[in-house]
Parts: sequence; C-alpha cells; structure tokens
Amino acid sequence: MKSHYKIALVGNPNAGKSSLFNQLTGLSQKVGNFPGVTVDKKTGTCHLNDVHTAEIIDLPGTYSLFPKSPDEQVVTDILLNPKDEWYPDMIIVVADASNLKRNLLLFSEVKDLGIPVMLALNMMDVVKKSGFHIDLSSLQNSLGVAVITTNARSGEGIKELKQQIITTLSEKKLQLSSEIFVDTIHFPEGLTQNIRAKFALPNDYTAVQYAHQAQDARFLDDYSQQFLEEQRQRYGFQSRQWQTEETLARYAKIRRIVADAVHKPANSKQNPLTTQLDNILLHRVWGFVIFFAILFFIFQAIFAWAQYPMNFIDAGIAQFTGWLHSVLPQSMLTDLLTDGLIAGVGGVLIFIPQIAILFAFISILEETGYMARVVFITDRIMRTFGLNGKSVVPLISSVACAVPAIMATRNIDNWKERLITIMVTPLMSCSARIPIYTILVALVVPEQKVFGIFNLQGIILMALYLLGFVAALVSAWIMKFFLQRKDRSFLIMELPDYKTPRWGNVGLTILEKVKTFVFEAGKVIVAIAIVLWVLASYGPGNQMAEAEKVVRSQAKESTELEDRVAAARLEASYAGHFGKFIEPAIRPLGYDWKIGIALISSFAAREVFVGTLSTIYSVGSESEDMTTIQDRLRSEVNPQTNGPMYTPAVASSLLLFYAFAMMCMSTLATVYRETKGWKWPIIQLVYMTGIAYLSAFIVYTILK
Amino acid sequence: MESIQIKTIADLRKGETAIISKIVDNELALKLLEMGCLPGESVTLQHIAPLGDPICIRVSGYSLSLRKREASAIQLDNGKSHSGPSDNHTSVKETSNWVS
Repeated sequence: MKSHYKIALVGNPNAGKSSLFNQLTGLSQKVGNFPGVTVDKKTGTCHLNDVHTAEIIDLPGTYSLFPKSPDEQVVTDILLNPKDEWYPDMIIVVADASNLKRNLLLFSEVKDLGIPVMLALNMMDVVKKSGFHIDLSSLQNSLGVAVITTNARSGEGIKELKQQIITTLSEKKLQLSSEIFVDTIHFPEGLTQNIRAKFALPNDYTAVQYAHQAQDARFLDDYSQQFLEEQRQRYGFQSRQWQTEETLARYAKIRRIVADAVHKPANSKQNPLTTQLDNILLHRVWGFVIFFAILFFIFQAIFAWAQYPMNFIDAGIAQFTGWLHSVLPQSMLTDLLTDGLIAGVGGVLIFIPQIAILFAFISILEETGYMARVVFITDRIMRTFGLNGKSVVPLISSVACAVPAIMATRNIDNWKERLITIMVTPLMSCSARIPIYTILVALVVPEQKVFGIFNLQGIILMALYLLGFVAALVSAWIMKFFLQRKDRSFLIMELPDYKTPRWGNVGLTILEKVKTFVFEAGKVIVAIAIVLWVLASYGPGNQMAEAEKVVRSQAKESTELEDRVAAARLEASYAGHFGKFIEPAIRPLGYDWKIGIALISSFAAREVFVGTLSTIYSVGSESEDMTTIQDRLRSEVNPQTNGPMYTPAVASSLLLFYAFAMMCMSTLATVYRETKGWKWPIIQLVYMTGIAYLSAFIVYTILK
Repeated sequence: MESIQIKTIADLRKGETAIISKIVDNELALKLLEMGCLPGESVTLQHIAPLGDPICIRVSGYSLSLRKREASAIQLDNGKSHSGPSDNHTSVKETSNWVS
C-alpha cells in the first residue's frame, strides 16, 4: 500500500459532503484556489488508522459530469485528467440516501470513469425517520461497489468508512464489478479508440467524456482540442443529444435499481415539519416579514455584540503599543513599528468580530436550508434589477466586508448576473465605513430622540445603509442595459429539507472567512499604513526641519508645542504636498488639503481615514479614541471663513463620498481575481467614485 | 373540460399533481433531466413564491424550485393517471426526437 493516497469527495450539493469532509479532516483542512479559476479548493489530511493517512479533496457539489458552471467544470476537469495533481486514487461519492434516485445519476457517471469508487450513503437518519428501508446488499450488488451508510452530522459510520477506504486501497480489489453502468448507448467505436489511444485513457467512457468536453475542459491545449474537434466531425458526434440520451438511459437503470433496493412506505411525503415551516416562511406576506425580521436581528447583533470584543482588541493594541514604546529605544524604526505597522494591523484586527458574527449567521442560515428560501422569495424582485435571487447572499454579506461577499457570488450560474452582482456589491455599506459614519454623524447630528424612542443618529446611520442598498439596485438596473447577454438566465435549485445546523461546520466557516479577510484585506491595509507613515514622516529636502524651526521659534506654551510641530512637519511632508496638489479637485466638495490626504490614503482602505485624520490633526498617539478626534474636528477652523471647518455641508458631503466611493484595494484585488482582468475593477473604481464625487458635490452646493 | 392547450408545470395549481410527458426546451432539457424532471415522473406543485414566481415542485422525491419560464417548458400528460413512474416506459428512442 502506498503511503499517501489522494481521495476525492464527489456528490450533489446538499448531500452532506462538507460535513463528511469536516468529519474526515477536522482542523487539518486548507482552503486554496484551483489554478486559473476562482473556485475554492478544500483539501485536508485524514488519518485512516495509526499507519495510513490520505489527502482528501472536497470537490464542489455537482449534479452530473456535464458541467453547467465553473464550479462544476472543476470536478469534471480533475476526474478526466490523469495528469492532474489531484487526480484521485479513489473517489467517495457522497449521496443523500433520502433522495437516492437523483444522487445515483452522478454516482453512475463517476463509476464509469474507471477510477476506484465507493458510495457513502449519507443522511440515513432521515431515511429511517420517514419509514423507508434501504436494502444495502441489493444496492451493493446492483451498483457493483462497496456501500457504507453514514450520518455525517453525528459522525456515525465514519469509522466504517475509513475501514472501507483502507480495504479498497490495500486489497486492490477496486470494485466488485468493473462493468460499465450504462451499456445501452453505443458510441462509434473508432471515435472512442482514437481518443483513448491519443490521451492514454483508462476506458471508453472517459474517452466519450473527452469528446463531450472538447470545448470546455481547461486542461486540453489547443492542439488536443483541435484533434477532438476533428474526431467529432468525422464520426458525426451529437454532444447535446447524446448527453440527453445517456442521462435518460442512466435514469432508466437507476429506477430499476432503486425500485429493487428501496422499500418505501405506502405514502411517502416530504418531512411534515419542512412543509409546515415552508407554508409560513414562503407565505405571501409572512415570508417577507420574517425575512426582514431576521435581517434586522442580524444587523442589531453585528453592532451590539461586536462592540465588546472590538473595544477589547482596541485596548489591547493600545496597551501593546505603549509597552513597545516603553521597552524599545526612541528611534525612527520604533515609530515605524508602532505608528505604521501595529496601527495597520490593529485596523485589520478590529473588524474580525463583525465579520465573525455576520458569517456565523450566514453559515447558520445556509446550514438550516433557509438561505435557499431567501433566494426563492427574492428572485422575482432581484430579476427586475438584472440580478438573481442568489445575489441576495453577497449583498447581505457585504455589510461586513465586500471581499468575502464577492467570493460568495460564485454560485450564480449566469455570468452576466454574477458580474453585475460583483460590480454593485461594494456599494453596500461595509463595516470599514462604520467608524467614519460614526464620527461624522456625531459631529453634525444632534444627540436627540425622534418620536421619543428612536435615536436620531441611529436613524441617519440606518438611512446611510439604505442609501447603499438603493444605489446598488439602481446601478445594477443600469448595468443590465449595458452588459451584453451571453448565456440565458435561469434558476433551477433544490430546496433542501430544514435541518438543525451543525455547529462544527459553522465554526469552520467562521474560521475560514476570518482568515480570508485577514490575509486578503490585511496585506493591503498594513502595506498602506506603512507607506502612509513614510510619506507623512519624510518630506522633500529639509522643508520639514525648516517648518519645525519656524514653529519652535514662535511658540510659547509647551503643551501645544509638540502638536503644532507635528502639524507643521506634516504640511511640509510628501503627504502634505500631495494633499495640496489635489486640493483644487476636491475644493468643490468643501474639502481642504488635510482632508485630501485622508481621502487619498483611504483609497487603499476606508478605515485608514480616521487614523490619517488623527495623524493630521495631531491628536497624538491616543488617536483611536473617538471623542478626542471628534473634539479635534469640532475645533478645526476653516482659515477662509474663520468658522468651523466641519460644517453640516462638509460633513454631509464627506458622508456621501464615503458611502459611494470605491476606496478599498482589497476589494479591487478580489474583483480582479474573480473577473480575471483589470477591465472590471477599473470600471468599478471609476463609476463608483464618479457617483461619490457627483453626489458629494450636489449636497455640498445645496447645504453650503 | 381539458383545454386544447397542452398543460405544463406552470399551469398547475398549488397542491395539484400530474405526470411529466416531455421537456420542450433544448437548452435546459439536460439540466432539468439531471435534476430528476423525467418523463413519466409524477410532479406536485408545492409552493409559489410570494410574488408568483419562482415556483417549487416536488419531483423525484425532493423539492425543486424553478422559474415559471423553465416550468412552462415541462409538458404534462393530459391523462390524469397517477400511475407510478415505473409503469411508464419512455424509451430513449421516443425522447430523442425532442432534443436537437
């Protein structure tokens, strides 16, 4: 027996594949990307027994080997290509035992590829509950492979599964019978022979698949594609028709097998609880009421619960910085470490609680099966705006962060709808905008109650969120007319039975999303923090030293002196020059060069805004303390008017600018990855910032 | 009286059951077949979304949601027979004529 095997998990969506994968690999799993496509690649190590381990890959859920989306294409690409690094030694097909007929279609296709395969019948608990009986020996005989029953949620059958894997791999007794599942279809013999010879393939069916996949398989070079195309021409290959015939032939056989092996009670109905719940949750009125109530609850939770850990993280970083200052010698390098690097890292860590809470909820909604219902009830509305029901999940997710939200668009089959979703998702107000909103709203909106119960500041904050959502829908609707329609839009989706969530899966989802955010967004934010620090600490020639001299010669009091020195040095630094340079462009919006610096730096990441302002207004190292920044902003004087700089007009203009502008390099990088080019991220940057500039200008002009 | 128009899944009332006869949509036929919408299979309309579209059907032992447009491509047997799918022998030959 080899020391290290590769095993692929294949199955329909909702068959419990992820739960089984989590049971087999636990925390050893890694999430990567398949080369050249943005599909999550989940792999992990499984300890089969004390001696043997296997690498397990969790392939995306699919209904057949004829792919309809990039996710499904990945499965076909790996299983057809013996040269692929993940070409498995063995496949475990995970099937929902309570829905055997449809699940066996994929199994039968996979079996015919000739790779050693076994069947894991999952969700046996559901089967038992509904009074079904599955005759395993009959099933094993007719399918010709080992069948193990599992309940991936409770861990039942996992031991037996591992045992069976070892048996299958060590005995080389790959299948009870290698007979091809469907022999009713006869392909032209010459075709299969030529393709087999050309690509050295294990069997005829794999060759047939090559002929079907000639256009789409990513591992075939142009030369191979041409060869396959010639073969198809020569033998009159009818791809679509033959796929249909094959599918029907497979189902005909599956029907017979299922009729023999599955004994159902006289009246087999859907799980009654699911039917009752759906009667309420999909109800004409209550369906939406409950959906909005759930959304409202999630929002409340994100803001309320995240407050404590955020304060804790904030205090921790402040203490750590203080401690570093006390033990390290005073030097430029220490300043870079504390004010540049650690401030940057802090800016990333502070958002973890919100992202964790949001994805905990999203994961629970996915696990229970409610998310599919959300798609179901919103599809009709979203369609009007050129989106699709599946766009709702990314739009909700982007309330935490647009990076994981854009990754969540991958399950939208139609490319145009997926692209529009990607393009408008960043208009939703993400958590990075919260500190900016909070400061600016508090600056100009009085702390008062409306109707005696609602907090006015809270209402304005809510309105800003609504504004983002409306902007996303309107932009989507406009893009609908500009984008060329490539493929037809459809929605064909399973509504799985309701289940209680598996907390282990929820935990792993949170872990994965937080990791993604920290590494994707974190890299950029930290880099920007360092660059900004350098730009603000150095200036052309000896201008900064000169500016300091001037201030020191004029100043009397010592308390304000250091602050004034810092401000003067900043004005003379590269960042200061930069701000002055763009001042003419932002003056129509009511901003001066200081806000200009903050604006420029926030194009990397919005949350840099607060930190930059505190550096500029030289609040000192306690900059993350909101009240001081607010007081400082309040007392900032506009040299032209001698009144306060932050009038309601300027604050509103800033609020709108930050609500709409595309100011997040991590998001742009993600869009670049998902759309495989710079075209769309650049369009996104231009159109969003255009909306931001225009609306800020209008509001400033009106309120001035 | 049965109208002359051929009934499709889109015409079903909530709770109504019928038998699928064929799919008249070349593009989506394969996808719908793979999802278990097979000739001879019985289908029940379970739910209609709040805004009338999409709809949710019970087919091949599970719940499937699809838009009305896709649903109207799945034609139904006009005979109201509720015989099980196993009695129905739709051969590959018969079905191949609606897939170009």
